[in-house]
Amino acid sequence: MERYSLLGLVRHARHYHENWQRVWRDPAPKKAYDTVIVGGGGHGLATAYYLAKVHGVTDVAVVEKGWLGGGNTGRNTTIIRSNYLRDGSSHLYEFSLKLWEGLSQELNFNVMFSPRGVLYLGHTLHDMREIERRVNANRLNGIDAELLSAAEVQKLVPLMNCSPDARYPVLGASLQRRGGIARHDAVAWGFARAADAQGVDILQRTEVTGIRCDNGAVTGVETSRGFIGARKVACVAAGNSGVLAAMAGLKLPIESRPLQALVSEPLKPCLDVVVQSSGVHCYVSQADKGDLVIGAGTDSYNGYGQRGSFSVIEHTLQAVCELFPAFSRVRMNRHWGGIVDICPDACPIIGETPVRGLYFNCGWGTGGFKATPGSGYVFADTLAHERPHPLAAPFSLDRFATGALVDEHGAAGVAH
Amino acid sequence: MFRIHCPHCREARSEEEFSYAGEAHIPRPVDPSSLSDSEWGEYLHTRTNPRGPHREMWVHTAGCRRYFNVLRDTVSYKILAVYPVGEMPPEQGEA
Repeated sequence: MERYSLLGLVRHARHYHENWQRVWRDPAPKKAYDTVIVGGGGHGLATAYYLAKVHGVTDVAVVEKGWLGGGNTGRNTTIIRSNYLRDGSSHLYEFSLKLWEGLSQELNFNVMFSPRGVLYLGHTLHDMREIERRVNANRLNGIDAELLSAAEVQKLVPLMNCSPDARYPVLGASLQRRGGIARHDAVAWGFARAADAQGVDILQRTEVTGIRCDNGAVTGVETSRGFIGARKVACVAAGNSGVLAAMAGLKLPIESRPLQALVSEPLKPCLDVVVQSSGVHCYVSQADKGDLVIGAGTDSYNGYGQRGSFSVIEHTLQAVCELFPAFSRVRMNRHWGGIVDICPDACPIIGETPVRGLYFNCGWGTGGFKATPGSGYVFADTLAHERPHPLAAPFSLDRFATGALVDEHGAAGVAH
Repeated sequence: MFRIHCPHCREARSEEEFSYAGEAHIPRPVDPSSLSDSEWGEYLHTRTNPRGPHREMWVHTAGCRRYFNVLRDTVSYKILAVYPVGEMPPEQGEA
């Protein structure tokens, strides 16, 4: 892999930038691999990268039906934070946040991680009690969290309507200063480039059409480019996890729902923190190129259509305009939907299944982007050692039989 | 966004008037205490979640507030059938 550096930039400038190396190869599929990862989004590519880098497993293929990062990796609002309530989830997301902090250097690819702070607003006495409880829980877990009054929120975000006359007045907020946003495409590309450099085969436009099992153990995947044998198959295909599980005769405690987001026309810098509110349901940040990135809610019903209800968008924009009256005249450029895996406890499923050699990493629901590096790291470790990584252990599939659910509906950010 | 024909009001109304009430045809086990933990967990949490025709319950929250079943395609969102609670969907598009 050609390393990116200032010197390299200067050297290529002398040749009019015509000789840059291809970022990743486009190999033909081999007959068999040690591990086949189904899904070329951030989580799948991160899994491949850490498998090769940390565990030396390089006989790996990432099979993607479309293009890299074209699913939820390219459809989310890129918020990164770790202020979850329960021990299991806060440890996992905090581990991930620590990886984000050094990710651009690790991958030699600028993922534009911008730790600008994440505000979570409270509008009622109950909201504030929940926020105080979560701030305390975060601090006990060694995660930075601050409680702000309405006056402090107003000082931090001058554009926000913090007036007591608002229909849902802002009473205060929690703030995680280390949280922020990153560039989602760069995350997929950075992991793909680094995994490819370690010898991982990335197979785009290769759709998995079946999972072949023999005697309770997986033997490979049927794809649109023929059968590919594998000792282990790792499914990381958010939205379609249930479809893949059905190919192996399994059922998951997951339902697939559309989650929507939208971006505005570019504006001059006006909002330098991420603002989230579950009370009025909106989350908004300003990307480095100036667009407001706005997240809406999930549809209440199951769907695979990668589009959502107009009423959900309308509801979110009402909340944005209520909080930021100045945004009422901003035009929206694009809106889209992604299909998210909703678990009953709003937490992921990471680990083995009743079929030997078949692993799932799914159920990240509405907030998987922030976990991308951590999810890849713990899943790679789980695959390499054939036992759950300690941070992934609370998120095994058997929790739905034992009842040890990790209830994160409050901290997951999006009402579902 | 779609319109749903409420079989009780006998009128097609906007989706916003209705609430989704989950997958249909999941009977509560007759004797829950005889079930193993995994069987009970499956009843509580596991869903078919198909990509295609899905049998689901809806309630007309802003109308008659009564429940009914719908057979809906989860990719095209087209409603294939509306039928009363307690009945199976008509043959045309079995899930």
